[in-house]
Amino acid sequence: MRVNWKTYNPGSFYDEIISSPGYARKPARRLASLLRSLTHEELQQKKMAAELAIKTMGISFTVYSDAGNIDREWPFDIIPRIIAEKEWNHTSAGLKQRLRALNCFIHDVYNDQKIFKDKLIPKELILNSGNFRKQCVGIKPRFDVWAHICGTDLIKDADGKFYVLEDNLRVPSGVSYMLENRRVTKRVFPELFENYNIQPVTEYPNQLFDTLAAISPRPSEYPEVVVLTPGIFNSAYFEHSFLAQRMGAELVEGSDLVVEKDKVFMRTVDGLSRVDVVYRRIDDLFLDPSIFNKGSVLGVSGLFKSWVKGNVALANAPGAGVADDKIIYTYVPKFIKYYLGEDPILPNVTSYLCVDKVQRQYVLQNLDKLVIKPANESGGYGMLIGPQASKKELAEFARRIKADPRNYMAQPLIALSTVPILGDRAVEPRHVDLRPFVLQADKTYVTAGGLTRVAMVKGSYIVNSSQGGGSKDTWIVGDD
Amino acid sequence: MLSRVAERVYWQARYLERAENTARMLNVFSTLLLDLPPRTKLGWHSLVEITGTYQAFDAKYKQASERNVMRFLLVDNNGHSVLDMLAQTRENARTTREIMPTEAFEQINNLYYFAKENAASGVARGPRHELLEEIISSCQQISGLMAGTMSRGEAYCFIRLGRSLERADMTTRIVDVGSGNLLPALGRADSNEDAAADVHEPYASTLWMNILRSLSAYQMYRQHVKHRVNAVDVVAYLLQDEEFPRATTHALITLTHVLKKLPNNTKVAKQVDKTLRFVQKGRVDLLLDNGLLKYIDDLQMEIASIHQKIADTWFLPNK
Repeated sequence: MRVNWKTYNPGSFYDEIISSPGYARKPARRLASLLRSLTHEELQQKKMAAELAIKTMGISFTVYSDAGNIDREWPFDIIPRIIAEKEWNHTSAGLKQRLRALNCFIHDVYNDQKIFKDKLIPKELILNSGNFRKQCVGIKPRFDVWAHICGTDLIKDADGKFYVLEDNLRVPSGVSYMLENRRVTKRVFPELFENYNIQPVTEYPNQLFDTLAAISPRPSEYPEVVVLTPGIFNSAYFEHSFLAQRMGAELVEGSDLVVEKDKVFMRTVDGLSRVDVVYRRIDDLFLDPSIFNKGSVLGVSGLFKSWVKGNVALANAPGAGVADDKIIYTYVPKFIKYYLGEDPILPNVTSYLCVDKVQRQYVLQNLDKLVIKPANESGGYGMLIGPQASKKELAEFARRIKADPRNYMAQPLIALSTVPILGDRAVEPRHVDLRPFVLQADKTYVTAGGLTRVAMVKGSYIVNSSQGGGSKDTWIVGDD
Repeated sequence: MLSRVAERVYWQARYLERAENTARMLNVFSTLLLDLPPRTKLGWHSLVEITGTYQAFDAKYKQASERNVMRFLLVDNNGHSVLDMLAQTRENARTTREIMPTEAFEQINNLYYFAKENAASGVARGPRHELLEEIISSCQQISGLMAGTMSRGEAYCFIRLGRSLERADMTTRIVDVGSGNLLPALGRADSNEDAAADVHEPYASTLWMNILRSLSAYQMYRQHVKHRVNAVDVVAYLLQDEEFPRATTHALITLTHVLKKLPNNTKVAKQVDKTLRFVQKGRVDLLLDNGLLKYIDDLQMEIASIHQKIADTWFLPNK
């Protein structure tokens, strides 16, 4: 096989590399011609080298159903995805704007609740949300920021523009794979880098550390930051360990921490040692068995109270997930206007709220054309892709929506953009999304690109790694 | 440093060392075989006795044949095979990646995959030597890499604790191989006996030479002991020499140095001193006539007790 762009056919979808058969888009031209110049053997050798590198580097993730083999190698395609710097600068500004507005909203919800008084959003919608934590009312975290780390899912529609699909404000994962993808590409495809001016991605762990250090309750040169993991059986354990290593922070499990006199300590070989900031990768409900889920063995008893008293910082703050809800999502453009007085830079995908009677009617009549999403699930679970669903599934979802309209929203099936992957016989188009990571404390930061997830199966829209998706290195390239 | 991490780092080092030493032991056994007359029956079962795994072995296999013992100690999924030890090393390294040098994890990872693919080949005699040599040298490479890239902080202290303690223990077990278990008729040929005895027991020095070689100790022995190879001097060298890195005494002395860098070390230090005194006061020439096995058993108990004190002092309490 050699790469032949003339027979590469993305159909009616927007392809990010090829504009028409045989013609590459401007930023991707050099990539397209380099790929074309490689022989079959060279391409296969690259592919194998990438697989080997991933195995050697131990880049893995966990699949729950795979009992026995707890970590699995990360699926990766060696052809990078290219985004022009100019387009990215615009997108990046939009991401920062969005997170600032979301944090204003979360702070408002737990404090003054102005937005309810101004009737921009019904109060019940929030108070009934599964992610609203009444225990957090009245708390003022440093800089009024609740969501310090956000993973925003972007997609490109047929018009080639970025849209926001969802905001992940609880424990978004994937950033370590973004960093490792670049490392793998550098190892196996160094010649690709010769002709491009690519923004480096390695800054993220430093930025993350600075963000976490900034919210430390004790002013100090080098606060004690820890990453709290549910443990080695968690699907994102690799990432927890990776980030701890890159930040030089301790990776702790619940049993390593103890709260005494409302202060958090870790058990070290030299006795107890004070902790300032906990980057927790455990869901709210498991964080503190004395407050939330009583049976949780992952969390630390007393952690919440220590946070309330301002003796420890938690990132993200408990309760931040109130804005990570597919219903709240539909209001974000309004939040931007309301809190920041700005026009949204990045558009949302058109959405229909089932809680609204008129919109629900539309959704129920057009189930077979829409994508139905539950408000609080993540990882692509519990959703329905109407055009690909059976009659039985459609009927089941109609029933669920009627039973619990607050919990569902619908969006048109978006014609996700495609990028080429290296198949066994040819380059083939596959659908992708993009998850950049946004940080906010005293300042805001956006990763250069993000994690591109790709549906490895032809025609599939499912990009989640837990459901067979793969990933790609993502390049933000300058004009030079 | 976190107690949990200290524990995992310590076990990572112990398993890595144990994998290396088990590979060494299998290697010496196999080489010894070639030096002995064909009619000699090697006690393969003693290998599983030495490693303290005979119960698991007997539960699975009826016969202590070479193939069965090799399979059991190389590839079986029983917690005692070289492959399982490397899997444990990798698992402990994987769960402490945040403090380990990246390259060290990558090499441990590669070694595990190598063993996974090739360990079964060592059941047959042909490829065995090459396989074991590869595993031994990879283990050493990993230890060397960590020595060359890790700060001498607490993490490295726990690596050295694990490695030294495992060495101290393993060397006693390898001495066990020669001290009568293996070749009851050939075990003795010490320097006090006259030359005629050596003619009658030509294989005794072969045995002890192989034992020295298994610990890469033959050259050092020749340079530092001067005597020809004989049971008393070899056993004394391997247990009591202060300078040879794989000698039990040296490993214990290393422990005393490493301990000084760790907090709250009193109880552990006491136990190490006690063990050192115990190993040093043994009169090997007398013990070889009677009581060496008990002496080694007791020594192993003392070493196990050092581990217990380490766990009590620094690791997370068991819930």
